[in-house]
Amino acid sequence: MSSIPWEYGMLLAGVLFSLGLVGVIVRRNLLFILLCVEVMLNAAGLAFIVAGARWEQVDGQVMFIFLLAMAAAEVAIGLALLLLHYGRRKTLDADAMNSGGG
Amino acid sequence: MNAAFVIAGLVAVAATVMVITRKNAVHALLYLVVSLLSVAIIMFLLGAAFVAALEVIIYAGAIMVLFVFVIMLIGNEEIPVGPGTWIGPGMLGAVLLAELAWVLTRGVSAAQPASELGPAKVGMALFGPYIIGAEIAAFLLLAGLVGAFHLGRRISTAEGRQLREAQREPLPRRIK
Repeated sequence: MSSIPWEYGMLLAGVLFSLGLVGVIVRRNLLFILLCVEVMLNAAGLAFIVAGARWEQVDGQVMFIFLLAMAAAEVAIGLALLLLHYGRRKTLDADAMNSGGG
Repeated sequence: MNAAFVIAGLVAVAATVMVITRKNAVHALLYLVVSLLSVAIIMFLLGAAFVAALEVIIYAGAIMVLFVFVIMLIGNEEIPVGPGTWIGPGMLGAVLLAELAWVLTRGVSAAQPASELGPAKVGMALFGPYIIGAEIAAFLLLAGLVGAFHLGRRISTAEGRQLREAQREPLPRRIK
């Protein structure tokens, strides 16, 4: 058992996740939305690590590695879609995506 | 150990708040790098040194470079210069550096986590009971590669010309 209380680690992960969620909801720039999604994924990974350290199992770290692969694939596709959207609309405003038909 | 955790956690929260409130994407990226580094320190303090190294290499290294590339490709962001750009992330990074120096000078016992789950154990679990998950992650990365290639090829042919022309003229609309 690590000397850090695991509740504090979970609290930190929850605060970081909430900050990322607030960013996704509040910001209307697609680039910032992707950044905040990264923050949320990172907080989820931190929660896995804290849980793994709490029960002294390696499963948390294995899950974090899967999450890392998922985040890499997600950000590659997300940024490619962002560039495609910007090439068509010349804006990064997420509200410009609701015009339909394209 | 507990103080190190608290300092790194406060730096992480402060940097993340700055990420979601910045107007300029480059500023937000710099703060996000600091946030990821402090989370890596926390992971190290929790005894997950291998994952902390992966966090620095892949998150703060590779994924942030992708974001920088996209900001360059979009090109409507004024690239900030001057001390206002780096003074905030620099201060937070200096706090992390001071914490590192403090932990290192207190000797090995302070830097050593109470219980460490090393990379050997992680590897044995990853390629043992979790081998199906590793295979699925490989499929996912392949799908991401094919998808990014497909989407990027359309950019490089049709819209890429448009995009390059758009970069030359001064854009009226700045991103918020």
